[in-house]
Amino acid sequence: MSVVATGPAAGLPRWAVLGLLPALNLLAAFAISGLIVLLIGENPWEAVRLLVWGAFGFQEAIGYTLFYATNFIFTGLAVAVAFHCGLFNIGGEGQAYIGGLGMALVCLYLDFLPFALIAPAAVAGAALFGAAWAFVPAWLQAYRGSHIVITTIMFNFIAAAVMAYLLVNVMSRPGSMEPESRDFAPHARLPLMHEALGAIGIDIAASPLNLSFLLALLCCGAVWVFMWHTPAGYRLRTAGASQSAALYGGISPARQIIVAMLVSGALAGCMSLNELMGVQHRLVLEFTAGYGFAGIAVALMGRGHPVGIVIASLLFGALYQGGAELSFEIPSITRDMVVVIQGLVILFAGALEFMFVPAVRAALLRGRGG
Amino acid sequence: MELFTLLVLVLDSTLRLSVPLILAAMAGLFSERSGIIDIGLEGKMLGAAFAAATVATFTASPWAGLAAGIGASMLLALVHGYACITHRGNQVVSGLALNILVSGVTAVLGIAWFAQGGRTPQLPGEARFLPLEWPGAAWLREVPGLGTVYSELLSGHNLMVYLAFLAVPTVAWVLYRTRFGLRLRAAGENPQSVETAGISVIALRYRALLCTGVACGLAGAYLSLAQSASFINDMTAGKGYIALAALIFGKWRPVPALLACLLFGFLDAVAIRLQGVDLPGIGEVPVQFVQALPYVLTVVLLAGFIGRAIPPKALGVPYVKER
Repeated sequence: MSVVATGPAAGLPRWAVLGLLPALNLLAAFAISGLIVLLIGENPWEAVRLLVWGAFGFQEAIGYTLFYATNFIFTGLAVAVAFHCGLFNIGGEGQAYIGGLGMALVCLYLDFLPFALIAPAAVAGAALFGAAWAFVPAWLQAYRGSHIVITTIMFNFIAAAVMAYLLVNVMSRPGSMEPESRDFAPHARLPLMHEALGAIGIDIAASPLNLSFLLALLCCGAVWVFMWHTPAGYRLRTAGASQSAALYGGISPARQIIVAMLVSGALAGCMSLNELMGVQHRLVLEFTAGYGFAGIAVALMGRGHPVGIVIASLLFGALYQGGAELSFEIPSITRDMVVVIQGLVILFAGALEFMFVPAVRAALLRGRGG
Repeated sequence: MELFTLLVLVLDSTLRLSVPLILAAMAGLFSERSGIIDIGLEGKMLGAAFAAATVATFTASPWAGLAAGIGASMLLALVHGYACITHRGNQVVSGLALNILVSGVTAVLGIAWFAQGGRTPQLPGEARFLPLEWPGAAWLREVPGLGTVYSELLSGHNLMVYLAFLAVPTVAWVLYRTRFGLRLRAAGENPQSVETAGISVIALRYRALLCTGVACGLAGAYLSLAQSASFINDMTAGKGYIALAALIFGKWRPVPALLACLLFGFLDAVAIRLQGVDLPGIGEVPVQFVQALPYVLTVVLLAGFIGRAIPPKALGVPYVKER
């Protein structure tokens, strides 16, 4: 996870750690995915061709790819921020879900305001609710010693129950049995990118890509500045690297845990802007659809750095969009194939991160003739 | 319905609903007491459920299905071990990866092989574990009180239900009364001391994970061969995580974990019963509230507000053998 090579990869050149190892891990994940495609009797090369074409082959596809990537950027950043503080936040799913509630409350009940006020209020709502949902596990970890992994898992399930209750019993559309809220007012929606660009005379194909993509990129910049160029970010990373060093330097690790999780939860919460305020225009059941968990894969692939996360998000966005096209062309390869690849990426880029280190080290030594 | 009969029926479904939780919690006990975090119980169960249903479909034998389920789950446990023990990878990441991977693989293979939207074909009776009628159950049914308890609560479950309840004393015996169990617990508390005694921590943890695999395999096979008659997409539906919660709720000990599983199973059974029922004085209890209770209770316990759950000391710490 760390950008500097320590631990098992110590002593390897930077390009090998940042470029070669992730590439090898990714390759391993893809190789096994290919085997699974073979297992169900399809041609993996054909699948790759269709997937790449489906993700980048035409303008609309690129729009969709970027739309999915937006979700991944938010949840990937969320996981990464917590990671830098030594915390494993697997509650992104729940935080995004509750963040969606905050955003929907603004869009549904403050819709007497003009768009210029609703948009920032919705962002604040999503971030605040997401952060609040992350606060409880953070506080429990910081001051009661409960393991954050377990509490965030529990909070995912609690969030699912809370939202199901609210959508079925409280917020459901009047006169409808569907577990969803009423539609947001037209001015309480985020403009789609092709509409926004069309207004200033640039023509692109219609897709669900919306303005929250820009917000996601903005968040990447903000996280980068915060993490590496502010005292607060320094304190957070110090607490993550070594609790005792942090204490020695007058930094309270408990406080940093809270800060890291608040930021993390807020980022996860913002995912709902893209999905709900951008496209669905109402609060629906389970709109998070695993993006919170996928954020872990993204953060691991991107090695916790905003630039890496954008690249990894593009990759996963392409997998999602390409996977959709692929399952349309070859019906026996369903979109679940993307879930398989996701799991393999987490396995190889995360848990087996250093599997190829001995091989790479040996190859480099041989290359130098030593 | 008469209150007593209602109670017996709720307890009856409590037993059936807590079986996968009990088996999975026992599975987690092996892994976690040896020092390996296992949030992959869910994935192992799901993989086992799919393998069991698939093999039972083709062989029409529940035993072959069960064996396949256990095999699949042990294989996943070995992957977890390879990542966490051999490569000292992050145990949470590995468990999560396996959960996601299995949920994807079972869906992809299920749809490709059976073309029923992720289901496996309905299994005929002889390919499943069917309820066992105890002697005289039909006749005793008419006897009020004990007769109802005997014929409804005790009799009429399938083999695996009884097996699950036998598993708890067995696991307790293995953990607390055998040499393997002692070493396993030591590996989870202080691995260096185990190594000092000339025992390989690595081998020990691998064996612990294999035991986890077996128990998770049983839990998964129960879902698709006994409780239902086919594999359904994502049929574990968080049961692996509830089992993990029960394990923590039971403070990483077999009997308390069993009680926690029964409590969570009871909540589940009550939630099903309460759906759309108006309770006098309270009104309709939202089913989501009851469903969330296991998680809320676990968080409260973990926070140290009702007793303290102290994990094995070396839990989650990769073991590096000193040279």
